Amino acid sequence: MLFQPINRNYHDFSIVRDKDLCINCKVCVRQCSYEAHYWDEARQRVMADSSKCVGCHRCEALCPTSAILIQKKHSDFRENALWRPQFLKYIYKQADSGGVLLTGMGSPVNIPIYWDRLLLDASQVTNPSIDPLREPMELKTFLGAKPQKLEFTKGKDGNPKLKTKLAPQLELNYPLMFSAMSFGSINFNLHIAMARAATELGICYNTGEGGLHKSLYKYGKNTIVQVASGRFGVHRDFLNAGAAIEIKIGQGAKPGIGGHLPGEKINAMVSQTRMVPLGSDAISPAPHHDIYSIEDLGQLIFALKEASEYRVPVSVKIAAVHNVAAIASGIARAGADIVAIDGVRGGTGAAPGMIRDNVGIPIELALAAVDQRLRDEGIRNRVSIVAAGGIRCSADLVKAIALGADACYIATSVLIAVGCTLCAKCYTGKCPWGIATNDARLAKRQNPEVAAQKMINLVHAWGHEVEEMLGGMGLNSIESLRGNRDKLRAVGLSETEMEILGVKHAGR
Amino acid sequence: MAKTFTLDAGGIYYRQLNEQIREAVANGATHIVLNNVNGQRYIADAMDGDITVEVNGVPGQDLGAFMRGPKVVVKANAQDGVGNTMDDGLIVIDGLAGDVVGYAMRGGKIFIKGDVGYRVGIHMKAYMEKLPTIVIGGKAGDFLGEYMAGGILLLLGMFSDKLTEPIAGRSLGTGMHGGVIYVRGEVPAEQIGPGLSAQPVDDDDKAVIAGLVKEYAKELGLDAKKILAADFVKIKPFSHRPYGKLYVPA
Repeated sequence: MLFQPINRNYHDFSIVRDKDLCINCKVCVRQCSYEAHYWDEARQRVMADSSKCVGCHRCEALCPTSAILIQKKHSDFRENALWRPQFLKYIYKQADSGGVLLTGMGSPVNIPIYWDRLLLDASQVTNPSIDPLREPMELKTFLGAKPQKLEFTKGKDGNPKLKTKLAPQLELNYPLMFSAMSFGSINFNLHIAMARAATELGICYNTGEGGLHKSLYKYGKNTIVQVASGRFGVHRDFLNAGAAIEIKIGQGAKPGIGGHLPGEKINAMVSQTRMVPLGSDAISPAPHHDIYSIEDLGQLIFALKEASEYRVPVSVKIAAVHNVAAIASGIARAGADIVAIDGVRGGTGAAPGMIRDNVGIPIELALAAVDQRLRDEGIRNRVSIVAAGGIRCSADLVKAIALGADACYIATSVLIAVGCTLCAKCYTGKCPWGIATNDARLAKRQNPEVAAQKMINLVHAWGHEVEEMLGGMGLNSIESLRGNRDKLRAVGLSETEMEILGVKHAGR
Repeated sequence: MAKTFTLDAGGIYYRQLNEQIREAVANGATHIVLNNVNGQRYIADAMDGDITVEVNGVPGQDLGAFMRGPKVVVKANAQDGVGNTMDDGLIVIDGLAGDVVGYAMRGGKIFIKGDVGYRVGIHMKAYMEKLPTIVIGGKAGDFLGEYMAGGILLLLGMFSDKLTEPIAGRSLGTGMHGGVIYVRGEVPAEQIGPGLSAQPVDDDDKAVIAGLVKEYAKELGLDAKKILAADFVKIKPFSHRPYGKLYVPA
């Protein structure tokens, strides 16, 4: 070979096969959608091309003799704190192709994770902790605008009757929801699973911007329908199918840019649901071109309220960016019932790597800033706050509620629950775990029943843990924790960080 | 047999006005006449079915947004957002219209006699039997047909108040990956988005244009022959995947 590029052998993973254990059964060949494993006719045995391995671990998981090990490729270069291997690889790829670097899932880069620097309180002696196995514990959450005050009249029976007309509310059994993942970015089996799981749990899932397949309309009470800039599959039936409508302005993984669902992912069913032609790219413009101001946003919010005859709350989802507090205030004043904020670590099916890893701010800071701003302005009751972007466990959820969230959106956690290994290649449409793919051969690796049960189990488990943490703090209702930052203490944070988060340092 | 419902919209807030319209439709009205309309928003928003709405006066923003089926006739100018994300039906404006007409429109027709503002027909998309169509009698502002994914835009440039402006503003059809833009006469090359160019129309195009113009002229009481007595050009996407080669896996 006269010329071989440096990155031919400088790849991310090595496929290590134990020859003594391998029985040449070809399971790995069939499982790997990236064709990293292949049958070598001449040698009469299974071989591997490690350069094609994305590190999804599907082969390792399914190998009947446990003969496969996926490792990081250990190719030691001269150490350089500035020119880390990632940047070398990026440049080699871009020099070869001239392309924008495309990535999937949330940002893996080392942005401070404030959840890890916040610790929760518990009761000792002075007020008793509560055992949730013995005492009732309230996790029920209502999302939507709350009135400034309540007025009552006397009913005919002499009892007080509520006179104030309440705004429409989204009723949730847990303070969390499955975040927007469009049908198209993930396949139909997982949309059925999310719909069923949300229904059984008494929470909501979000359709994402890909419309809603007719067969899922029956789960409408547990569905949030999303309207994004491409307006895919948005029509009057869709707008009236759910329990809430969400306007997607931005997404934490890619603030300020639109989306391209590549033509490869647009199969017959996706085409039908999005109402776009087969195989054609589905392009979502960066902004909604009918929204160039808060006033325009207000116009769309009320267009949607008119279209749904004011029956359901309208949510506005934004990415957490520098001026998030002022923007959220504008959204509240524009008439939204819910503001959803997606932090810099939020997931995605596809985003340019530079945007994903460098644009936006952490959800913890954004959430605290928004909650405080809305309180300062006396309009916190007008909107519910939903926090999203990297909620990994029930403790993150509890900390988010204490920082001021009414509820959290989770999506990456949901995908991990059904087998995602964060290989971050969602945009290829070849997900070997059958998640981010519409290839029927791969998608059938997800059984809707099994996937729904895993999602249900996850939320049940988190629910128990939240109850334990609440009980430990002497609280018997999630409502008592909302915005209760006195239940949080910081470890190792600067004065500025603590001021923004509104928390004291541990020991104070 | 059309059941007519007439309403004096003067001084009524949009929310009450639209509630009354919905109530009339629920009670079987199929012909709705709104008099003294003065900027009320969301008229015929998400309205469904075989209904005619006659608007006397200037309707407010988002006229006929998410609409599926009705015919709306405006005997005056219209504001921004006419036919936003419209699904089906017909909107006829006997005057000019503002910005963002037919944003993300999926089906139905919008006929405008005069000029339109910026960002008209952005992200129109066709699907199966749905073919969204906008006919503009006057001139258009910037970004006409941007990101267009399907449907037909027909720009006549005839009934315009903008005597010195080009027929279409800048960035005409930028990022379009479906559908077609027809222009009567010529369009300056510098107004057209990157990678696109104005091409001569063929016989199939001419038949489509003639059919549309006849329908348009009939609705607005214009002379179709006069409109058709000129050459037309078309602008079509160079690819249905304009950004397909933009990315490399990281």
